[in-house]
Amino acid sequence: MRMIFRRFALYALTAWVAITVNFILPRLMPGNPIQNLIGKLQGQVTANEINAIRLSFGGVGSKSGLPHQYWIYLTQLFHGNLGISITLGAPVSSILRESVPWTVGLIGISTIISFGVGTFAGAILGWTRGSRFDSLIPTATFFQAVPYFFLATVMLLVFGSDLHWFPVLGAYSQSVTPGWNWTYILNIIRYAELPVISIVLSSIAGWMLGMRNMMITMIGEDFVLMAVAKGLPRRKVIMHAARNAVLPSIANLSLAIGLVVSGALLVELVFNYPGVGDLLLQAVLNEDYPLIQGIFLVITLTVLAANLIADFIYLALDPRTRTEAAI
Amino acid sequence: MKTLRLPRSPKVLLGLGIMTFFIIMTVIGPWLAPDNPSETDFLPNLTPSWHHWLGTTSLGQDIFSQLLVGARATMVVALLAGLVATLLAVTIGVTAGYFGGKTDDGLTLLSNVFLALPGLPLLIVIDSYLPVTSRSNSFVIGIVISLTGWAWGARVLRAQTMSLRNRDFVEAARIIGEKRYRIMFSEIAPNLLPILASSLLFTVLYAIGAYVTLAYIGLTSTSVWNWGTMLYWAQSNNAPLSGEWYWFVPPGICIALVGTGLALLNFGIDEFINPRLRAAGLTSKQRRALGLPRRTRLGLTPVLRPAMAKKVAPAKLVSQ
Repeated sequence: MRMIFRRFALYALTAWVAITVNFILPRLMPGNPIQNLIGKLQGQVTANEINAIRLSFGGVGSKSGLPHQYWIYLTQLFHGNLGISITLGAPVSSILRESVPWTVGLIGISTIISFGVGTFAGAILGWTRGSRFDSLIPTATFFQAVPYFFLATVMLLVFGSDLHWFPVLGAYSQSVTPGWNWTYILNIIRYAELPVISIVLSSIAGWMLGMRNMMITMIGEDFVLMAVAKGLPRRKVIMHAARNAVLPSIANLSLAIGLVVSGALLVELVFNYPGVGDLLLQAVLNEDYPLIQGIFLVITLTVLAANLIADFIYLALDPRTRTEAAI
Repeated sequence: MKTLRLPRSPKVLLGLGIMTFFIIMTVIGPWLAPDNPSETDFLPNLTPSWHHWLGTTSLGQDIFSQLLVGARATMVVALLAGLVATLLAVTIGVTAGYFGGKTDDGLTLLSNVFLALPGLPLLIVIDSYLPVTSRSNSFVIGIVISLTGWAWGARVLRAQTMSLRNRDFVEAARIIGEKRYRIMFSEIAPNLLPILASSLLFTVLYAIGAYVTLAYIGLTSTSVWNWGTMLYWAQSNNAPLSGEWYWFVPPGICIALVGTGLALLNFGIDEFINPRLRAAGLTSKQRRALGLPRRTRLGLTPVLRPAMAKKVAPAKLVSQ
């Protein structure tokens, strides 16, 4: 209980840091960001919209002091007001509401597959260490080192536009009508295949190598020898060792999620997937600050929530963490 | 100084080879480049030929020259960011681990917050607010990247420092009245070297990825040649879909190779720290030479000792 409370406090603090970074950054830059924004829009916005932009920045440039601005900014945020996107002209929160589910679905499923398969393969690699399977390691390392977006581009080129094995670009075909019907759902899965495979290929090596190393260390332990001495079947012995070896991987899960999300955002970009990654690129290219900040905040909060879930899993699996207040 | 001998693991040798190649490329690449990478003198969209080893861009620039010139910016920013981040990590991690108490609580909290913040989105937000002049400044970009990349190293170094803090030799130094900073730098720091090296490799790896990604989405100056800007131009001219593989594949492969080299070197450090992994990293031929069982058996994972390792062709590795 204590550990969960401490983790929760940490994530709350991190969320607060992210929120505050968003507040401070526009103020560190030379010039008045609101004036810059309005200048860029060149009178395409109504007075109401200008007011909304100003409010979402906490009334920057207004006469009231910084603490008051900060207070306004926090209240706006609490009401879900992330400001208005400059290029799209719509509230940032409603834009994000449409794209976040795609990203969470894509990255969530890829991470689960990658963790599961990678850990399984790592356990086998650790068990059969020194065999010819070890030659997989440099290959896996290579895949780990390839930037996500580059691997995705190559996959898109080879399996999408050259071989036509997978549909490319977008999340579903233009010919199906969105809704709760099987054609639509199957279509989404079909379109997600290649992005998911790219993300899994880029991220699997980390899990695999980590698990292999822990497995090798674990096999030297007495309890494994004991299991063999008792005459347990090999599969059970491997399970015995693997269950203990997997704990550090799960402890690292919450740290790795941030990295995977960062990489996967760019995969969306390559595949024109209608998630947050593609949106982020557009926002960056157009210097759409409210949108960039909104995306940063939403990604951070989602990653923190995922971290908390990973911590719960770790807590459920390792009884030692329930007594030690290890952070 | 004591010299430890490490068996030549093929993985480590491969990693050393790759890194040597790219470091040479970083140093002499821009001089070797046959043409000015920005000059648009040639016919656009040429396929690879004897004159243009990797063809030309849609603006008529020589891609091979871009690759050679781009190596320097990419590697320098990655190394700079890696070094600064490692310096931050050592300062924060060792201080936290050695002093403990309130200092430790504060610094650990700081690094945990930075670990939980997703790095790339944070980088993008900071970078998008930088004035354009700073974006083209490799130094500024390197520093910003290092700010988002130090936390993992600090955490690992703190843990190791804490485990060293109460060992007998540190205790002995304390009892004979050595000063705190002397204990930190002369007694504890040398024992952190392998972990420090591994943390440096990882931060350089992170920095390369971060820098290239920033360049790829157009957040660094598009006129400074690095492997990320090459990918940016290739992507924005639709090179992947029009089959111009020679434009976007070479920079991607280079990035991946540098990353592989760094990771392979890290295997060497892992095997150096953990004797069980060291024995597992040997080839079957080396195992036979040492009289180790060809497939290690349970409960008997052999620990490779320096005396045994001398029998295998030795590669010198200085430590302690």
